[in-house]
Amino acid sequence: MSRLSLEQKLAILSDAAKYDASCASSGGQKRNSRDGKGIGSVTGSGICHAYTPDGRCISLLKILMTNFCIYDCVYCVNRVSSNVQRARFAPEEVVTLTLEFYRRNYIEGLFLSSGIIKSPDDTMADMVRIAKLLRTEHGFRGYIHLKTIPDAAPHLIEEAGLYADRLSINVELPTDNGVKTFAPEKDPVQIRRAMREVKEQKDARKDRSHTGKRPPKFAPAGQSTQMIVGADGANDTTILRTSSRLYTGYRLKRVYYSAFSPIPDSSSALPLIKPPLVREHRLYQADWLLRFYGFDVEEITDSGTADGNLDLDIDPKLAWALKNRHVFPVDVNRADREMLLRIPGIGQRSVGRILSTRRHRTLRYDDLRRMGANLKQARPFISLLDWHPRGLTDTEHLRARFAPQPQQLQLL
Amino acid sequence: MSYRITLPEMDTFTAWRDVARRLISANIPPEEVLWSRGAGEKDLFARPLPPLPKSTIPVPKSFVSLARLSIWHCDHTRFHQLYALLWALRSDRTLIEDRGDIRISRLNRMAKEVGRDRHKMHAFLRFREIGDPDAPRRRFAAWFEPSHYTLEPALPFFTDRFGDMDWSIFTPDLSAHFVDGKVQLAEGVDKPDFPIDATEDLWRVYFRNIFNPARVKLTAMTSEMPKKYWANMPEASEIPDLIATAEARVRAMADAAPTVAPKRAEVIKARGKTRDD
Repeated sequence: MSRLSLEQKLAILSDAAKYDASCASSGGQKRNSRDGKGIGSVTGSGICHAYTPDGRCISLLKILMTNFCIYDCVYCVNRVSSNVQRARFAPEEVVTLTLEFYRRNYIEGLFLSSGIIKSPDDTMADMVRIAKLLRTEHGFRGYIHLKTIPDAAPHLIEEAGLYADRLSINVELPTDNGVKTFAPEKDPVQIRRAMREVKEQKDARKDRSHTGKRPPKFAPAGQSTQMIVGADGANDTTILRTSSRLYTGYRLKRVYYSAFSPIPDSSSALPLIKPPLVREHRLYQADWLLRFYGFDVEEITDSGTADGNLDLDIDPKLAWALKNRHVFPVDVNRADREMLLRIPGIGQRSVGRILSTRRHRTLRYDDLRRMGANLKQARPFISLLDWHPRGLTDTEHLRARFAPQPQQLQLL
Repeated sequence: MSYRITLPEMDTFTAWRDVARRLISANIPPEEVLWSRGAGEKDLFARPLPPLPKSTIPVPKSFVSLARLSIWHCDHTRFHQLYALLWALRSDRTLIEDRGDIRISRLNRMAKEVGRDRHKMHAFLRFREIGDPDAPRRRFAAWFEPSHYTLEPALPFFTDRFGDMDWSIFTPDLSAHFVDGKVQLAEGVDKPDFPIDATEDLWRVYFRNIFNPARVKLTAMTSEMPKKYWANMPEASEIPDLIATAEARVRAMADAAPTVAPKRAEVIKARGKTRDD
C-alpha cells in the first residue's frame, strides 16, 4: 500500500467520524492564554465555527485516530467487514492539525475517536498520548473531547479524564438486545460499567484533601453518549426511558440521538433508509423537556402515538398540552414557574421575563409578544388581563391549527 | 436650544458613561441632548456642553450590562435611547425589570443583535498566517465585516484565546492589533490582500468530508451561517458543489450492491473469538 498524504488521511478519517452527532464544546472549565505561554481558551458556552449543508455545526475537529477496527458493528462504516479505505494518523499529525486549525479560528478544539486496533488498551493509550502531547508539550488550552473505549483499563480512563474536558462512551443502541444484534463484540454491561467508572472518578475528585488542596479536575464538561435511532426496532418510549436512566443513573451531560444514516459499503443486514430526521428532532425536543421543563418520560410518551412513538407532526410539548386541556388556559399573571413552563410557545427565557415583570405589574397580551413568546402557539393556552381564549382551548380542531396541512394529491 | 455630544469611536462606552453622569447630575433632560459618534454632521442650533461636575450615579446592575452591549448597535438613536432610559430610571428603578415596556424591549433587542453579531464574529472570523511560521511569535491577520460596531466588544475573546501569537483584525470601521500581548485599536481600512495560507486547503478537505450528504438541511445551515459571512470563510467555496452532488452520492450508496468482506475480516474476527475463549 502506498503511503497516504496528510490530506488523504484527513479526508478518510473525517469521513469516518461524521456519524457521531456530538460536536459540542460547552461546559468546559474556563481557561485562557492571556499569559502568552500557551494557546487557547474555553469560554464555557461553546462556539459553532461553521455549518455544513447538513445543517450541523462544526465546533471541534472531529476525527478518528484510525478507522482500522477489529469490531464488526453492522451499522458502522468502519466495521472490519467493510471495504472502505483505511488510514491511521500518527499522534503528531493529529496534534499539528488541531493546533494549525485552532490558530486560524476554525475550531474550538479536538474530538478524537478511534476504531479499535490491536486491543482496547493500546487504542486508548494512543488517544491519551495525543491529548497529553497537546496539553503538556504545546500548552493547548482549548477543548478536548475523547471518546473512551469501553473495555480500556481504568487507569487509562483516569488519565484521559485529566487531559480531556469531556469523555464519552456510546451506548450505540437503545436496548441491550439491539447492541447484541448489531454490535456483537460490544457488551452493554461493560459500556455501563465504564460510564459508572467515569462518574465515580468525577465524584472522587470533588472533595478537597485534608490539606485543603483541590485535586485536578476530571473531565470538567462531564460525559455524554450517543444512541442510533431507527436502526433497530426500539420505539421512542424505549429510547426516552433509556435516556432518562442515563441522565439520573450516570449523571450524563448529554444524550445524543443520531438518525441512522446511509453509509458507503453498507451491510446487507441493515437496509439503507432515508435518515429519520424529524424523529431525531422530536427526540431532542423531548429530551429538552426531560432535562429543563420538569416533564417525566411517561407524560411525554403518553401524548404520543399509540405505538409508543412521538407525534411527528407537532412538538411534544404541544402534544402534551392538547392531551391535557383541562389544565388550560393558564393564568399567566398567577401561575407558578412549573406551570408556566408547560405552556406551548413559551420557553425558559420567556418564563424568566414573565416572572421578573410580574413582580411589578399585571401582564397584557402584547407584553408577551415583546418578551419573545410564540403567541401563535401559546394563544389557546393562556389568559391575561386583556386576553381569554374562551372556547378556543377546547375546540375539536385545535390540533389541525398546528399540524402541517395534509398534502393535496397530485393528478398524474 | 440643545447640547451636542460627540463621542469617540474607541472606548465609546466609557465616554458615553462619563457624559451621561454629568448630564444627569446637571438635570439636563434627554430631549435637550444631541448625540453622535466620531465627526458627526454639524447641527447649527446645538451648543457645546458647559463644564459640569463629575459624579457617579447609582443604577441597577442590569442597566450597565444592557448599555455595554446596545451601545455598539448601528442604530444612530442608541445613545439617546440609553440616556432617556437612564433619565426614566431616576423616578422608577424597577422599570429595568419590565420586559414588556417598549423602551426596555427595544434596547434589549438591540443588545441581543449586537450580542449575536459578536458571537458570529467569534465564530466566523478566519485568521491567515502572514508571518514566518517558525518565528517565536507567529503572525496572523483577519478581515471581518460586522453588522454593528462590534470589533471592540469582540476583542476580549481573541486576546484570551490567541495569547501566544500576534494578530491583527481589520474591519471597515476600526482595526485591532495584538502585539506582544497588548492590544491597540486603530483606524479602519479597505479589505487588505493577505498571502495565501496552505492550511486553508486542509480545512476545506475537512469541511467536505465531515458533511453527510444523506442529511441535507439547507435552511438549518443558512439560518445559523447567513450567506453574508461566506465571502470571508475559506470553506464556503465548497458549499455549492457539496449541495449539487449530495443526491447522487446518496443514490450511489443505495444502489451499490453489498460487497464481500475483505479477507482480513475473517482472520481478525477469528482472532477475537479465540481471545474471548
